[in-house]
Amino acid sequence: MSNTYTEEDLAKNLQEQEYKYGFTSDFKSDTIPVGLNEDVIRLISSKKEEPLWLLEKRLQAYRAWTTMVEPDWAHVNYPKPDFQAISYYSAPGQTKKYESWDDVDPEMKETMKKLGISMEEQQRLTGTAVDFVVDSVSVATSFKKKLGELGIIFCSFSEAVENHPELVKKYMGTVVPHTDNFYAALNSAVFTDGSFCYIPKGVRCPMELSTYFRINEGGTGQFERTLVVADEGSYVSYLEGCTAPMRDENQLHAAVVELVSLDNAEIKYSTVQNWYPGDKNGVGGVFNFVTKRGLCEKNAKISWTQVETGSAVTWKYPSCILKGDNSIGEFYSVAVTNHFQQADTGSKMIHLGKNTSSTIISKGISAGQSQNAYRGLVQIHASADNARNRSECDSLLLSDRSGAHTFPYIECKNSTAKIEHEATTSKIGEDQIFYCQQRGIDSEKAIGLIVNGYCKEVLNHMPMEFAVEAQKLLEISLENSVG
Amino acid sequence: MLTIKNLHASVEEGQEILKGLNLEVKAGEVHAIMGPNGSGKSTLASVLAGKDGYEVTEGSVDFDGVDLLDLEAEDRAKEGMFLAFQYPVEIPGVSNVNFLRTAMNEIREYRNEDKMSAKDFLAKVKEASNLVELDNKLASRAVNVGFSGGEKKRNEIFQMAMLEPKLAILDETDSGLDIDALRIVSEGVNKLRSKDNAVILITHYQRLLEYIKPDFVHVLSAGKIIKTGGKELALELEEKGYDWINEEIAQ
Repeated sequence: MSNTYTEEDLAKNLQEQEYKYGFTSDFKSDTIPVGLNEDVIRLISSKKEEPLWLLEKRLQAYRAWTTMVEPDWAHVNYPKPDFQAISYYSAPGQTKKYESWDDVDPEMKETMKKLGISMEEQQRLTGTAVDFVVDSVSVATSFKKKLGELGIIFCSFSEAVENHPELVKKYMGTVVPHTDNFYAALNSAVFTDGSFCYIPKGVRCPMELSTYFRINEGGTGQFERTLVVADEGSYVSYLEGCTAPMRDENQLHAAVVELVSLDNAEIKYSTVQNWYPGDKNGVGGVFNFVTKRGLCEKNAKISWTQVETGSAVTWKYPSCILKGDNSIGEFYSVAVTNHFQQADTGSKMIHLGKNTSSTIISKGISAGQSQNAYRGLVQIHASADNARNRSECDSLLLSDRSGAHTFPYIECKNSTAKIEHEATTSKIGEDQIFYCQQRGIDSEKAIGLIVNGYCKEVLNHMPMEFAVEAQKLLEISLENSVG
Repeated sequence: MLTIKNLHASVEEGQEILKGLNLEVKAGEVHAIMGPNGSGKSTLASVLAGKDGYEVTEGSVDFDGVDLLDLEAEDRAKEGMFLAFQYPVEIPGVSNVNFLRTAMNEIREYRNEDKMSAKDFLAKVKEASNLVELDNKLASRAVNVGFSGGEKKRNEIFQMAMLEPKLAILDETDSGLDIDALRIVSEGVNKLRSKDNAVILITHYQRLLEYIKPDFVHVLSAGKIIKTGGKELALELEEKGYDWINEEIAQ
């Protein structure tokens, strides 16, 4: 398809398509054949019993995607995925589970033990739980009841499409349009599920919203879509991910996360990502190509905090569009790479409104033979009087063979702006490790301690319990990494 | 408690620094090791503490029945050896309290003891920081970050008070201290002395020994202890320098 595709073409196409497949087909198989074309997208949409407007959006995205090329500017090197060799739909519950607890990889069990995850949760995470489900459902139910009383909507993306189509229609694609980039377009065309959250005007969400509570309902998909809308004067803290190792058979992940923070609202979005990074020799591992962006209206605030230790290749730039006057964007990040992992991650702060301010604190830690790059853009538009930005990008090298890179971009079109950028690169000190050892702390624990100290500024921005887990995760992911 | 026999040690580049050192330290004793620059004083401290970059080529070190040289640095600490660093190291973002808590828990685990309760730990922090007149705020600040030279040295003794080692090696703890800080640090060390522990003081100056009275003074020269005496030896050194000993030996 080309760019000259018109609405008439679309309408015609849809008619044909309806003719061809109808919307009520009864499919026995839960996984569709590999490959991607418009028929596949129609099939996904029909399997999910989606309304027409969403199918249209998907098709638009697909057509845009076919005209795009995969970006190659990132400082990462990997075999390009064959997009025609992927199956784009697999019904929830069909992801590979272990038959029994005994089949679970001992190394994974060990890691979960170290993370201090309870036996029940370990079994749930590996899908081997027997009784626990009942428990989980009851927790989730009481949780949902409480949120419901406040008018907070927190559900899977599919449920939102079904029950709150007006909200989805209004906000989906407003922050990350399907034309944004190659992976966002792909996601917009083929996403299967994700999370949706809406906080009504003036409501302060009384608890951390965590996907933990709905993991059994949807599970994480390969092409996840998240939309969080904080209405005027509301507040929400949203937790994504899990410190437990996510074993995943899907190699390519292309998620889209959109945050909308309306006037005087605040969204705090925390992520811990620990997907399979590949083995010690760099074989396997998840390709994580995520588009995350938030839009701030007047006096609004969005704060991204992330601890990234997983995935073989990461391409991710959580960003803020500071559209409203006095709005605030923050990005706090720890990215750890070990063995042969590669990360190209950072943030974009787009200042449009007056008196907008943004902060970027990025801590990269490279071990083994990994490559860790910070890439950030601070853009001050002509309209953004008195905009302020402070960026601090620190890199810590744990080995002689690892690499740390910084690519900061600053574009300023307003002379009243104040922009500060600081960057440091350091190597973990042998004298620091010896000092710890002399006090009885072995070198592995010493590295954990030193790294956690180094990341403290970021971890401090995470909700307490999440931060504790993230600390342990940092220690575990850097085991045997000195050298 | 500590028996060093014929210790030879080289730096990794191959140069021999310690050339057959013998030393016997018993519980309850304080030994001062003095000597000119380059005589091997700090190397001795590093080798005993297990720092990388040194190779022991000959000799043995027995620490309360354990072959010290066979242990990793952290295990030497767990066995009860403490080194007060000449240049204490900064660890940004790690609070002193968290650092010590981690260290104490590691040491207690090694000795099959239960973890100390938060309440007992904090009481001990208070007691130990009073001992060296260390501002309580410094206890919760990041390890040595932004500390003055004197505060860093006091922090070393604070840590010593927390960890209660059997053997403490103070490597030029007096260097860079003004007279008040020297008094505070020395009084701290004196209060920590008991019949069950021992102290090795490595110093250039007799000044420290006026505050911490040693039972023995050893002169280290070219990697060997060439003379041992009582406290009066330190005074003599102060007066005459080191050369006279070499002359004495030559005769």
